[in-house]
Amino acid sequence: MNTRTSGWMALASIVVLTGCTGCNRPQGGGGAGQEKGAGGESGTITLTVNALPPPTEAFERQVFLDDVKAFEAQNPNIKIDAHEGKMDPRTFTTKLAGGQLEDVFYVYFTDPPNLIAKKQVAEITPYLDTIPAAKHLRPELLEVFSGLGGKVYGLPWKNYSMGLLYNRTLFAKAGLDPNVPPKTWADVRTCAKKIAALGDGIVGYGDYSKSNTGGWHFTAEIYSLGGEIAVKDGETWRAAFNDERGKQVLQQLKDMRWTDNSMGARQFLEWADLLQMMAAGKLGMYIATSDNVPVLVSQFKGNYDEYGLGPIPGGKATLAGGEGFMFNAKASPEKIKAGLKWLAFKYDNPDRLGEQYQREAEAKQPVGLPEPAIWTGEPRQKLENALREHGNLPAQNYAPFRAATGGVPLKLEPPLAQRIYAVLDTAMAKVLTDPNADIGALLEGAEKQANTILATVK
Amino acid sequence: MTATSIRGGRRRRRRTPDPISDQAMAYAFMAPAIACFALFSWYPLVRGVILGFQRVDFVTEPEWVGLDNFRAIFGDPLFWTAWRNTLEFTGLALMFGYVAPFFLAVVVNELRHFKGYFRIAVYLPVMLPPLVVVLLWQYLYDPGNGLFNTLLRGAHLPESQWTQSPRTAMLSLVLVSTWANMGTATLMYLAALQNIPGELYEAAELEGANVWQRLRHVTLPQMRFILLVLLMLQIVATMQVFIEPFQLTGTTNPDTITVMVLIYRYAFTVNHDFGMAAAMSVLLFLVLGAFSAAYLRLTWPNDR
Repeated sequence: MNTRTSGWMALASIVVLTGCTGCNRPQGGGGAGQEKGAGGESGTITLTVNALPPPTEAFERQVFLDDVKAFEAQNPNIKIDAHEGKMDPRTFTTKLAGGQLEDVFYVYFTDPPNLIAKKQVAEITPYLDTIPAAKHLRPELLEVFSGLGGKVYGLPWKNYSMGLLYNRTLFAKAGLDPNVPPKTWADVRTCAKKIAALGDGIVGYGDYSKSNTGGWHFTAEIYSLGGEIAVKDGETWRAAFNDERGKQVLQQLKDMRWTDNSMGARQFLEWADLLQMMAAGKLGMYIATSDNVPVLVSQFKGNYDEYGLGPIPGGKATLAGGEGFMFNAKASPEKIKAGLKWLAFKYDNPDRLGEQYQREAEAKQPVGLPEPAIWTGEPRQKLENALREHGNLPAQNYAPFRAATGGVPLKLEPPLAQRIYAVLDTAMAKVLTDPNADIGALLEGAEKQANTILATVK
Repeated sequence: MTATSIRGGRRRRRRTPDPISDQAMAYAFMAPAIACFALFSWYPLVRGVILGFQRVDFVTEPEWVGLDNFRAIFGDPLFWTAWRNTLEFTGLALMFGYVAPFFLAVVVNELRHFKGYFRIAVYLPVMLPPLVVVLLWQYLYDPGNGLFNTLLRGAHLPESQWTQSPRTAMLSLVLVSTWANMGTATLMYLAALQNIPGELYEAAELEGANVWQRLRHVTLPQMRFILLVLLMLQIVATMQVFIEPFQLTGTTNPDTITVMVLIYRYAFTVNHDFGMAAAMSVLLFLVLGAFSAAYLRLTWPNDR
């Protein structure tokens, strides 16, 4: 009896203790979860958005927070709840399932088709005319965010195209002219050999083969030869990279890696690896977008004067991609309208560009990277004026890229691009790590897998 | 006497028919643990199995698709590659990771001095977080300036591609895994070795048994149980290898894709399909479950 009583008492105290821990927990601190019911008592809408820069990017974070303040002052009935982070396909579904996805969230151009097909985003077509600059957006960019019947699900914000980023100092050391980057892939091979001959662990040309970046570069390279990744056959898509041009891309890499030995021994590289090598002065050339340049300087301690940007070798077409914003499928119409207002203020706003560039230039931030404009007509003019006034980068280093821009057609990423890229990573990895890699078999295998993925495109 | 036995008998009769209320106290104590297990262990397990038969977008209600997910993974050319790689990894891991710790334990056990020091030294790698281990080995394996190739270069020997070449990749991964996990098995073997009564060895020595005969006729039979248990644990654990291939060679290299890497690839990189990933997980669960059951069935009766 005695043991029983003390047992029950012990249990009771456990219950009381755990119960109290429960009592002490702050109630209703659930952040985003709490905001689910749009429009508070006073008619105020709390809008969750992401892309707030982390504290390590102090300047960008301050600009963002100042913009939030200015926007809230202009729109007293909208409160912005800003979160750090951008689109990460690995956490996206978890955030969505847990009700933690922001009302307005950042995406790359590669994501919209998949999100639209899975009905994970809200349509914004009915509210589009509330954004003055929307009608000046380049139609092919708006198409990235459109589904069946021209329904729009998001807005583009930035656009890039690929070129050849190279180290001017290494070019000079190897006896090459830093003002004349290679124009064809044969030139790239010759230059890479000369640069690698400098020794001291210097790599002539670098390429990716991990975390989808290999497939991304394969795409840029096959586009540059006039090839395709996927084509539409009636209503369905099919892979189109298993042809002479696909073989040429892989053969060129295989030759540079194993015959010329100009690509270094270390492979399975992903995004940051080539930047690190370039900033350390150990890499001659790689395919990149212009926005790598400020990252090389700010994150990897490189030097602006060292880098030059040329057009994509081959030059038949170049891969263009970009960034934009989409809306949570569960967002109410009020939230969508408020979200569009926020985007029209912070991102898609040609009238604030002058002010923004001035502020960046004053803070010694890079202004004037060569990037294609997202607008046509009058807004585009405003952008170019603002750049002319406040640009502070060594523009002559990017002159070869700029000069060629008009002549190289821009080509967007294939549907379900990230998934296709993951498949193509394998082919890239194999030719760079296996001297006996069978290029035909690799492309055939990748084609089969890509076709399975493309069959799901709606 | 009689009265006592009757009372005792009554008490027994009264207690046996109702074990639940009689043990309410024990169940009450177990309740929080059971609730936690149910919520965090069993519910996800059941949910995972259900997910294998559904298409899920996390916005609309999940849709039942029957065996579609299973059909899709059986049609994937990487499916058999992943199983083949996993079996290759398991086989190699058994060759190294199962045998090496046993001999290490025998050697440490034979030491007369510094036994404690070696016991700790052998266990040290286990204390490193797996990701740190893999990153450390990434530097050792680096085909450019990694330690191994620098040593080979110094000795004028041909350099190796280590994790990158199809010929050496799997072996390189197994070495990392063996190095990282050897400590636990060694300690278990050591504990078992120290439980073997010394008289057995003395008797064997008196009979004139040499080292090999002592190992063959005393050590191995005495350690049979722990050897069998560790063999099963090792197979179950190595079949689920993930972090070494994932971190060292990514999710795209067909030479090193294992079942777990393929599950990750289905969910997060290529297919973005949690249904397919769950279906593959169910298959792995079934294979390991069947293996464990068969193994226990084969080994237990002989043990009794």
